[in-house]
Amino acid sequence: MASEFSLAELVIVAAAEAFRDGGELLATGIGPLPRIAVGLAKLTFAPELLMTDGEAYLVEEPVPLGPRNGYQPRHSGWMPYGRVFDSVWSGRRHAMVTPVQVDRWAQGNIAALGDLRKPKVQLLGVRGFPGNSVCHKNSMFLPSHTRRTFIEGEVDVVASVGFSDKRWPAGVRKLPVDIGIVVTNLCVMDFNGPDHGARVIAMHPGVTFEEVQAETGFPLIRADDVRTSLAPTEEQLAIIRKLDPTGIRASVIKGNPPGLRAA
Amino acid sequence: MNKQMKLDEVVASLRDGMTIGFGGWGPRRKPMALVREILRSDLKDLTIVAFGGPEVGMLCAAGKARRVIYGFVSLDFIPIEPFFRKTRETGGVQASELDEGLLLLGLQAAGHRLPFLPTRVGLGSDVTTINPEFRTVRSPYEDGETLLAMPAIKLDVALIHVTRADRLGNTQTDGPDPFFDALFAGAAERCYVTTEELFDRLDHTHPETATSNLFPRYCVTGVVEAPLGAHPTTAHDLYGWDVDHFKEYATLAAAEGGWNSYFQKYVAGGESSYADRAGGADRIRNLPIPTF
Repeated sequence: MASEFSLAELVIVAAAEAFRDGGELLATGIGPLPRIAVGLAKLTFAPELLMTDGEAYLVEEPVPLGPRNGYQPRHSGWMPYGRVFDSVWSGRRHAMVTPVQVDRWAQGNIAALGDLRKPKVQLLGVRGFPGNSVCHKNSMFLPSHTRRTFIEGEVDVVASVGFSDKRWPAGVRKLPVDIGIVVTNLCVMDFNGPDHGARVIAMHPGVTFEEVQAETGFPLIRADDVRTSLAPTEEQLAIIRKLDPTGIRASVIKGNPPGLRAA
Repeated sequence: MNKQMKLDEVVASLRDGMTIGFGGWGPRRKPMALVREILRSDLKDLTIVAFGGPEVGMLCAAGKARRVIYGFVSLDFIPIEPFFRKTRETGGVQASELDEGLLLLGLQAAGHRLPFLPTRVGLGSDVTTINPEFRTVRSPYEDGETLLAMPAIKLDVALIHVTRADRLGNTQTDGPDPFFDALFAGAAERCYVTTEELFDRLDHTHPETATSNLFPRYCVTGVVEAPLGAHPTTAHDLYGWDVDHFKEYATLAAAEGGWNSYFQKYVAGGESSYADRAGGADRIRNLPIPTF
């Protein structure tokens, strides 16, 4: 284990675990930390993952973040948007995404704040979230775990579908939803508690369950085998530096805190 | 057969209230020369259909759009199109927000002359709240699954930017991703393309790149020669999107009277001098294609 590392680097290592033993899928990490996490998984324990160059080609060597500086990705295949939809709808994809709001039903919002018909704040729109959420597995990364992100009520706009019964008309069979893990600046959660309840399965060093609960707008379950998130190894840190040579990861979590909290 | 037209002839053939689809994707390969010609016209009450970029923001800002049917409206490095955002937050346009895949299916249904295509996409989400007219359909087979019946999105006109074309209406589009230009062309009653370069016969000059032809020429009503006509968006492999131009555009979107400033500076003076006003043709030709 390394002795000095940032919280972002610890989060990357935790997020990479989402992609362990998932099979030969298109893995899409949206945003810097999820993208580095997918690259780390592919270069360590999950070489079977398919990744894109961020545009339209598949690569076997993850493309580093930031300016290419002459680096030429070597293309192994073609994945234009038309094929992305084929991957989505056939279920052969696992995305890690960053909703602005998440609720107790694992529903996610990236679309807007307020009423989608006349939003107070227009965000990204639903993008591909509705289809993604009922067709393939999705994990989440949230850089700021607070009651404003993990909200008490229902998300303002249901962009990605979760486990809420009331979203389904009577007589319509609910579609299965596959939520992987939810990695935040405080902990790792899943929705594998009773009735898909949110569960804390790992806490980052120095974080308590009570702190996580206090920052969450809905009740959490403490997993029986809850553990402390693993510190990155020197090998993992070296790969992370290679995947993010200009240090974009330092800008994601507010203040870029160290992975080990000061006592 | 000669389908060559001028920008103003294309726009003169459009009518108030039409449903117009735009090819391209976000800040990539948008038929901006035609968009600017529409901005200079009296057209109004348009329904805009797009994987949207600046064309949507501009048509909203100029009050040309009554309704927008979209999968997203983004400039990528500026994630939310700034004028579109402003329009949405003031309720200035009827917004039919779709999952990106639903837009694909709606165009495909129209192209195949079907009333709808069944899908799971949208079920359980607020897509069905903002589009209350959507209905479900039950599989007639043993599974009996309930599916969303995504209605056909029929276009009166599609406007698409291509790399090269000939006077017969054959087109070729370079770049790594065909996006959904073919679906827009197929879903439309009429399709007009702007092209970086115009040739008499692509079979004589460019037969070796025929696989970059995205849609058959029976879709194409008119061809307009419009070099640099995608600026400020990317036209592979010729020039990238104009980061500085979009930054100025975004700054203006935040300012009082910002649209009018943009319009006066870049649009009003006509297309023949547009490249000069936008920093010069040489500068545009050398804009790098952004990577992430």
